[in-house]
Amino acid sequence: MKSIKYITALLFIFSVSSISAQSGEIEMADVMRESGKIYVVVAVLSIVFVGLVIYAAMIDRRLSKLEKEVNEK
Amino acid sequence: MLKYWWKILAVILVLYTIINGFLIEVPALPILHESIRNLFFHVTMWFAMIFLCGTSWIYSMMYLSSSKIEHDIIASEAANVGVMLGAIGILTGMIWANFTWGAPWVNDPKLNGAAITMLIYLAYFVLRNSMDEEQKRAKVSSVYNIFAFIMLVVFLYVLPRMTDSLHPGNGGNGTFSDLDIDNTMRTVFYPAIIGWTLIGVWFLTLRIRIKKLSYQRESELINSEN
Repeated sequence: MKSIKYITALLFIFSVSSISAQSGEIEMADVMRESGKIYVVVAVLSIVFVGLVIYAAMIDRRLSKLEKEVNEK
Repeated sequence: MLKYWWKILAVILVLYTIINGFLIEVPALPILHESIRNLFFHVTMWFAMIFLCGTSWIYSMMYLSSSKIEHDIIASEAANVGVMLGAIGILTGMIWANFTWGAPWVNDPKLNGAAITMLIYLAYFVLRNSMDEEQKRAKVSSVYNIFAFIMLVVFLYVLPRMTDSLHPGNGGNGTFSDLDIDNTMRTVFYPAIIGWTLIGVWFLTLRIRIKKLSYQRESELINSEN
């Protein structure tokens, strides 16, 4: 009997939450931003981008050296 | 004045896009939810692609009037970077479409137009590789490339606007600017376009320089043989 009570309670909570979701509230990742975890993603992406940029800059420099060598010949 | 100031600008603008693109407030919309932020990453790829393919178009026309092989090198390398950006644009669009339109590929005129455009540009590279004689290759592919860019504009910008498209701003669909009432998204979107485009131009200059080096070496080898 106890388990049935729990299940009905759970069902009730789910139905209430789904009703509130339908009533015009659009779910956004506000919680994610509030808890601050989105900064982790931003930091990771920034590092990935900066890493790729440094790599491209190194290729750029190596190419400049090569151009110098060829043009001096 | 630093010669590479615009590369630094490009990096700063894209970093700004990555940081603010995730942190600013965006309009809360059904279906889209937070994925509206893809505007800063998916849509900007296409802007950069158009810019590079347009560059390619201009240099193809310049080649036809000047016959300078340098112009043809720039035209082909710009098309190459443009296609690379377009491929990223299609793949990111497929992910976005999968979660908002329900399938990675829907029968949308803009999607099919993008696919046709990519095939047109792939044919440009096939055409180039099929000819060994340098001047002939440059001339024929320049003429083809001029038509290719016109087809790109038709397939990506004219036809989708004449029929119904799921893409914003097409076929009576509202644009993002209608939703972005307080213009917060614009503060990231415009810098993002400039930043990603400049990154594409950076890659373009790298490719042109490599091509010129190998071209120089080839002509040196030919001269030493004679």
